[in-house]
Amino acid sequence: MNEKTEKLIDKKGIRLDGRKADELRSIKLQVGVLSNADGSAYVEHGKNKILAAAFGPREMHPKHLAQPDRMVLRCRYHMAPFSVPERKSPAPSRREVELSKVIKESLEPALFLELYPRTGVDVFIEVLQADGGTRCASITAAALAIADAGVPMKDLVVACAAGKVEDKVVLDLFDAEDKLGAADVPVAYMPNLNAVTLLQMDGILTPDEFEKAVNMAIDGCKKIYELQKEALKTKYMVIKEVEE
Amino acid sequence: MSSLVTKVKLKQIEQIIEKGKRLDDRSLTDYREIKIEQGVIEKAEGSARVLLGKTQVLVGVKVETGEPFPDTPNNGVMTVNAELVPLASPNFEPGPPDENSIELARVVDRGIRESHAIDTEKLCIEPGKKVFVVFVDVYVLNHDGNLIDASAIAAVAALMNTKMPNYEIKDGELKIKQGYTTLPMKSHPITVTIGKINGHLIVDPWIEEESVMDSRITFATNEDGNICAIQKGGSSYFTPQQILEASKIALAKATELRKKFDW
Repeated sequence: MNEKTEKLIDKKGIRLDGRKADELRSIKLQVGVLSNADGSAYVEHGKNKILAAAFGPREMHPKHLAQPDRMVLRCRYHMAPFSVPERKSPAPSRREVELSKVIKESLEPALFLELYPRTGVDVFIEVLQADGGTRCASITAAALAIADAGVPMKDLVVACAAGKVEDKVVLDLFDAEDKLGAADVPVAYMPNLNAVTLLQMDGILTPDEFEKAVNMAIDGCKKIYELQKEALKTKYMVIKEVEE
Repeated sequence: MSSLVTKVKLKQIEQIIEKGKRLDDRSLTDYREIKIEQGVIEKAEGSARVLLGKTQVLVGVKVETGEPFPDTPNNGVMTVNAELVPLASPNFEPGPPDENSIELARVVDRGIRESHAIDTEKLCIEPGKKVFVVFVDVYVLNHDGNLIDASAIAAVAALMNTKMPNYEIKDGELKIKQGYTTLPMKSHPITVTIGKINGHLIVDPWIEEESVMDSRITFATNEDGNICAIQKGGSSYFTPQQILEASKIALAKATELRKKFDW
């Protein structure tokens, strides 16, 4: 980025995309969008468009990766070549490998791994369009896909970021804020268990700002959590009507 | 001997932590002994070896010239790579970097990058065309737990030890002159990792604690007592209260280490 042409937040505290500091982008969640996957979900979070699919619990391939005492969760976060302004090579980048790992670790606490020994659950996440905060939207989608696959969960996992833009702590950064802002704090959360399952940060924050950002992100998570439950209910209510 | 920890050991570790102690006689917030040696590899522009208890990490820094990224034409480039060398642990295998070494490299990278440790503007030779590229290579030589802190400390120590060639530009050509200058740095981040075992937070987990702990959280902090990077790892969770507590412990430990290293 060369020069900041515009202020990211104007005098009235309104952000570039017209939101207030603690306002989420518009979010659309849909469950059961793919017929071949055991569970699937589609998320539109602002301009982010993300598909997630879950397979399993099923036999592990290759077999030697199976664990005798628990289920193995595998995640693959992948960005489509056309998801960003400059074509991204389809080969997994170091960033994608790291995000796959932290997304997996954010979902594991929600599962009863020890109840499904020798099996595996695979979660595939495809970012079709990226606009900042893809890891969070991916976690929100992946949790829905796992739930849709019928894998018992302790709680849904929901994720949202907060950060610092122009000396202000704000919720749910989009691409320009993420790139030009001072800090980004993605958080994944299980509301019923009050458990943070993913926390990362880059940028510089004072301890007070950090505390504020974490709390703001958790509040954002709680709002998206309601939408997640709604999305699951919507799918299963439709099925009920068909049965009748 | 494998590093497999038996269920008996697990119980032992948990029970002693319940009492606020640890198997290696440390308190919950103590680091193991840390030794830093700088300039151990003469052929590298900078290097440092860190011993954190029995964990041993060597970092070498090479400085070359290259092209800047198109979006930052006036800034030098830094990259961090980490190798979990097979001689460091029975569980490391040769081959391309796996998710663990990529995560290690990226966490070390983030601490240095986000604290603006290197003054990259001073690494620019010709805007948009030629800049210095700083390669930070983390070499794990012995894995006895807490590779993140050992690697991060070694990386910063190696950067502080890095000499760059003097140069001049004659007729558009880069000429290396005699003598060296030290790498321009603006900050010296300190990284502190905290593990969680049975709801108890412990600083600097060693390998046996790592094999039973449910998650960890890493904070990189700068001179002003601010946080510049965080990474949570492991397949369990933290409550928001535990995170704030961990951030306070990390900031206090960082201040203590900063004094000790005189950074």
